[in-house]
Amino acid sequence: MEKYNVYAARLLPKVDYLGSGHRACQGCGEVLAMRLVHKALGKNTIVASATGCMEIISSPYPESAWKVPWIHVAFENSAAVASGIEAGYKALMRKGKYPKRKINFVGYGGDGATADIGLQWLSGAMERGHDMVYVCYDNEAYMNTGIQRSSATPLGASTTTSPAGKASTGQQTWKKNMPEIIAAHNVPYVATVNPSYPFDMFQKVQKAAATPGPAYVHVYSSCPTGWRMRPELAVQIGRLATETGIFPLYEVENGVYRMTHEEGDLRPVRDYLKPQGRFRHLTDDLIDSIQARIRQDYRKLQLKVRMSQEERDGDE
Amino acid sequence: MGERKGVEVSIAIAEAAAACDVDCIAAYPITPQTHVVEHLSEIVAEGELDAEFIPVESEHAAMSACCGTAAAGARTFTATASQGLALMHEVLFIASSLRLPIVMVVANRALSAPINIWNDHSDVMTERDVGWVQIFAENGQEAADLVVQAHKIGEDKRVLLPVMVHFDGFILSHVIEPIEMLDRDEVKKFLPDYEPQQRLDVDNPITMGPVGMPTVYTESKMAAEAAIRRSYGPILETFDEFGKQFGRQYKPVETYKTEDAEVMLITMGGISETAMSWVDERRAAGEKVGLVRFRLWRPLPIEEFKKAIKGAKALAVIDRHFSPGGPGGPVAQEIKYNLYEDEPRIPIVECVAGLGGRDVDFNDFDKALGKAKAVLNGEQVPPFELIQVRGGHHGEI
Repeated sequence: MEKYNVYAARLLPKVDYLGSGHRACQGCGEVLAMRLVHKALGKNTIVASATGCMEIISSPYPESAWKVPWIHVAFENSAAVASGIEAGYKALMRKGKYPKRKINFVGYGGDGATADIGLQWLSGAMERGHDMVYVCYDNEAYMNTGIQRSSATPLGASTTTSPAGKASTGQQTWKKNMPEIIAAHNVPYVATVNPSYPFDMFQKVQKAAATPGPAYVHVYSSCPTGWRMRPELAVQIGRLATETGIFPLYEVENGVYRMTHEEGDLRPVRDYLKPQGRFRHLTDDLIDSIQARIRQDYRKLQLKVRMSQEERDGDE
Repeated sequence: MGERKGVEVSIAIAEAAAACDVDCIAAYPITPQTHVVEHLSEIVAEGELDAEFIPVESEHAAMSACCGTAAAGARTFTATASQGLALMHEVLFIASSLRLPIVMVVANRALSAPINIWNDHSDVMTERDVGWVQIFAENGQEAADLVVQAHKIGEDKRVLLPVMVHFDGFILSHVIEPIEMLDRDEVKKFLPDYEPQQRLDVDNPITMGPVGMPTVYTESKMAAEAAIRRSYGPILETFDEFGKQFGRQYKPVETYKTEDAEVMLITMGGISETAMSWVDERRAAGEKVGLVRFRLWRPLPIEEFKKAIKGAKALAVIDRHFSPGGPGGPVAQEIKYNLYEDEPRIPIVECVAGLGGRDVDFNDFDKALGKAKAVLNGEQVPPFELIQVRGGHHGEI
């Protein structure tokens, strides 16, 4: 962690395609992630963005933070728009109306745009096999509209529509597992990434872009504003998310699961929950049950890794 | 002039889109649009058209993907109807605001509930404000011809707007008509390759669809209003150019036997052909009636319309949709609004008919004429009436 500044800044490309001067909050982990994604994708990239924080902060007309072609149509449909751009260029290149070249066609959405309102559009685009990457920037609630719960909000988090109170412990449901849902579409590449692990993230985004066909990247995006947390913790909290096993880093390549960052002993989830005001009200009992579920999910994932690799080795 | 052959209207529309060498089609099946997209899929599958057919999972996704294909600079075509058009509603505004020249044919069908797959204009009339150029076909030949003209209009550098071509579901979509199929080489002469003014291009990156703060939103809406009003000239030029090349001249407002007509019937879409036969019959019986139709619905060619109705003592409007609890039928509303200041103010009777596939026949036109004559005789008639309600109108409401 303390060496982040030494390595990340020197080893990643200097050029930025998401310019400075955008209007993100102080300590926004999501915009940090988006900047890294673009360092990995490079110049030949076209973005279709969903409505949400990242759209609002980067495109208040007549200003734009974008140095790559970028389009925003609506909230739920960025995957469909990106699929259209891909199909459009595919036809134009085949018909000789545009020079043949490799372009990354990318759809963006937050967790609400991905797991809730846009799930159908994403499922359709993934199923149809477009050569595109969909990136979900998951900050675990509708932050742009004021911290309302989504299906990606973690159990126990207090949001403005799942507030903790005398009769409620906050969000009552376990987080929807989007990477698994997309993996079930049998797309060639699915990955979870975390900007607190910039090199792992950089490599996976490049891999997603290079994969022919649909790829899905799920980005851990810390949100100090919505998580009631000090802004300087944005990167640190990401490390804790992976170290506690609440956000494991893995990829699914042609059905084969692989951990890209293995934690020996998971840190107690309490370390992750404690700095965040959204979990402030949680009782020890609740934290224990969250801890149990995290360990269970982590074991399941490890099993999948082992099973799918054995299966692959058996085939070879 | 090509040879006319018996062909289903939906097939002719698909062939017309193929003759336009469209690059992308994104569509979702809905009755009664299905034959259009089925045939297009077939044309693509047979290698007769080099295009990407995107079989999306909903109409909302269809219009969203069309925004993507058009923003990439591809000539884009789609088709829908009814609930599908309603589901697209949100994206329709965005397609026009982003100035994307998508062409969409709409096989007009009633909106639920109750669910009903048959023809009326409730789907189109609830999409009047979306900023698209909207044109009505009255028969299969027109529907096919208008697909070609729609691409030319939308892609005109002075226009750059999406265009809807409306044709009646089943009444036209599933009917076999003698149609002169458009020759691909002739169409190519008429409609050169699409050259996008702006596109999402990695060599020249632009931001499309940014946030419009209160400081710019009004101006952007004014720009949209100016764009669609300015499209009128290029639309007329396109109609004329098509007329010269293909021998079939289209006009923004079409008239039939209006020269000395005292009562003019106002219709739109497929029932207009029935209405012409009715005019012939009434004329033979000595009645001075005529027929006027809006071919172009957006932008509304009101000056042309005013010229067309010159001399009329009364108008009888047949609407295929109405606004419950509101001011009646949409076509009548718009006519009344535009004639309010004119002297002499002529009476306009509003008849709603042909909802959800109910046939509109001579009896209905007779009823409309009867109402117009009653008003001219100084009698009171209801402001608007669902003239086909069995057991009489809901007069007591």
